[in-house]
Amino acid sequence: MANIRSMIARRLLLGLLTLFAISLIIFFATELLPGDLAQNMLGQAATPETVAAFRKELGLDLPAHIRYLNWLWGALHGDFGASMATKRPVAELIASRLEHTLFLAAYAAAIAVPVSLFLGVLAALYRNSLLDRAINALALTSISFPEFFVSYILIVLLAQSGLFPSMARIDASTTLAEALYRSFLPALALTLVVTAHMMRMTRAAIINLLASPYVEMARLKGMSRMRVILYHAVPNALAPIITVVALNLAYLITGVVVVEVVFVYPGLGQLMVDSVSKRDFPVVQAVALIFAAAYVLLNLTADVLSTLTNPRLVHRK
Amino acid sequence: MSVLPRFLFIALTVAAALAAGWVFRRIAVAVTRGELRKALRTAPVTACFGILVIALYVAVAMAAPLIAPYGENEVVGDQFMPWAAPHLLGTDNLGRDMLTRLIYGARNSVGIAFLTTLLAFLAGSFLGLLAATVGGWLDQVLSRMVDILMAIPALIFSLLFLTIFGTSVTTLIIVIAVIDTTRVFRLARSVAQTIVVMDFIEAARLRGEGLARLIFREILPNAMAPLAAEFGLRFCFVFLAISALSFLGLGIQPPTADWGSMVRENAELITFGDITPLLPAGAIALLTVAVNFVVDWMLHRASGLKE
Repeated sequence: MANIRSMIARRLLLGLLTLFAISLIIFFATELLPGDLAQNMLGQAATPETVAAFRKELGLDLPAHIRYLNWLWGALHGDFGASMATKRPVAELIASRLEHTLFLAAYAAAIAVPVSLFLGVLAALYRNSLLDRAINALALTSISFPEFFVSYILIVLLAQSGLFPSMARIDASTTLAEALYRSFLPALALTLVVTAHMMRMTRAAIINLLASPYVEMARLKGMSRMRVILYHAVPNALAPIITVVALNLAYLITGVVVVEVVFVYPGLGQLMVDSVSKRDFPVVQAVALIFAAAYVLLNLTADVLSTLTNPRLVHRK
Repeated sequence: MSVLPRFLFIALTVAAALAAGWVFRRIAVAVTRGELRKALRTAPVTACFGILVIALYVAVAMAAPLIAPYGENEVVGDQFMPWAAPHLLGTDNLGRDMLTRLIYGARNSVGIAFLTTLLAFLAGSFLGLLAATVGGWLDQVLSRMVDILMAIPALIFSLLFLTIFGTSVTTLIIVIAVIDTTRVFRLARSVAQTIVVMDFIEAARLRGEGLARLIFREILPNAMAPLAAEFGLRFCFVFLAISALSFLGLGIQPPTADWGSMVRENAELITFGDITPLLPAGAIALLTVAVNFVVDWMLHRASGLKE
């Protein structure tokens, strides 16, 4: 047990270190600009006085490392500064949108994970059959489709007839049932995008194990194929399956950006895209930090979980 | 349309695609000789279909000005005209001929994605091979840098840098190339590492071969197969990433005819039940599917798997 605790502690430390490095990149990337931010934003035509005033407003008169520490300290307390476009605090812009994005990602995951695990096991069970080939071809196709293509196809198929709304308007007053109904299409689009990959990896992980002697033994004992897969193959395939699920959940977090724009869903992704075209640095930096943190956290969880499923690593002498 | 005809339509399309692949394989086997012929004869129908589609795209991209009925940015009529001669696929939001824009899109979208992939690929595989061959601190520094860059989701990373440097095609190419360099680096390094420890490399070192010769003459030829498959996969990722950014209005900028931006510009038609905006999106999807089919076959051949 002590082993496990120190392992988790080590991973956590590594994750924190990664986050720290990411925050450095996100902050200091702006320093790559030729000249400085104020000059860049105002253009060449600006008088030196306006540039100086703007510089002061942005806090650019302080040295870079002090600005970084201030920013990081603020970010750790939920204060990301003020938006350059609207002058409102970034935290206020983000708060409700973060909730919406997490809701959408969780919604899609709740559909995608069980479906893809089920299909993956099914494809492994009936491998090389027509069903397996069909599932595989479908998977390869949906990996190749851009998210917006999938989304618009769903709109044409399901929203044209008025079955589901093509715009997912959600605010604080929307009830849960209503929110589930309105965001069904974006969730479905995200599901379609990630299911294929998860399913293929599940199938591959299980098929890898089916060649091992203990599976053959189980078959020779007269166990049914279904039972062999569920009781003998799946527990040993858990580590790669968990990894790929986490990887895809992490992918969901960035996949939401495009889908949110298509369905006009009020989430973080849309805020980020708007801010990029307005070159609103504080907002983009804050959202990038949040997305990256979620990404690192998911990968970390996958790492720890897949170690925990391997008894040889848990009970190592 | 109810469900059944729609299903029939999809089945017919798939059947037609497979038939096209089959016919193409027959023709290709008939006209080629030697090794190539042997490879083609055993190729699955899907891979043949993939090759056919890629060849078609390349041909359209090369001959765009010749086959396009109008100029790339020529306004030829009202906006959003329906599908009827002389505008077979109607017109777009500014009254430009849709078919013409689609044809030029093959040149712009695919061309830019190809250039980006090539850049990423050259830089990534060179650095990867270098890191594996030299080892030591260079390997450590490069690998840790790549680790950190890869910890940031690709789309978020590109959005961040597009904010900083503004949206232009040059920025787009460089940013996406940098992101994908890290992925190619990982693969090239791990492939090269299994080669570097082999005896013939040891012998080459003892013979006094220089670093450049070691990398390009000894290691690279042996790492070619997985790298070639990776090139196809990378192209798909780069192509989809650039299309997504263009769709968001942050990638290839107007008035350049580009499939991603064309979807965005004409998206409002979809709410009226007109599927014209789906055509450029479908063009993107078709090419990616085709490349994936070919890569699948290449990987299968390289691994010598006979499932």
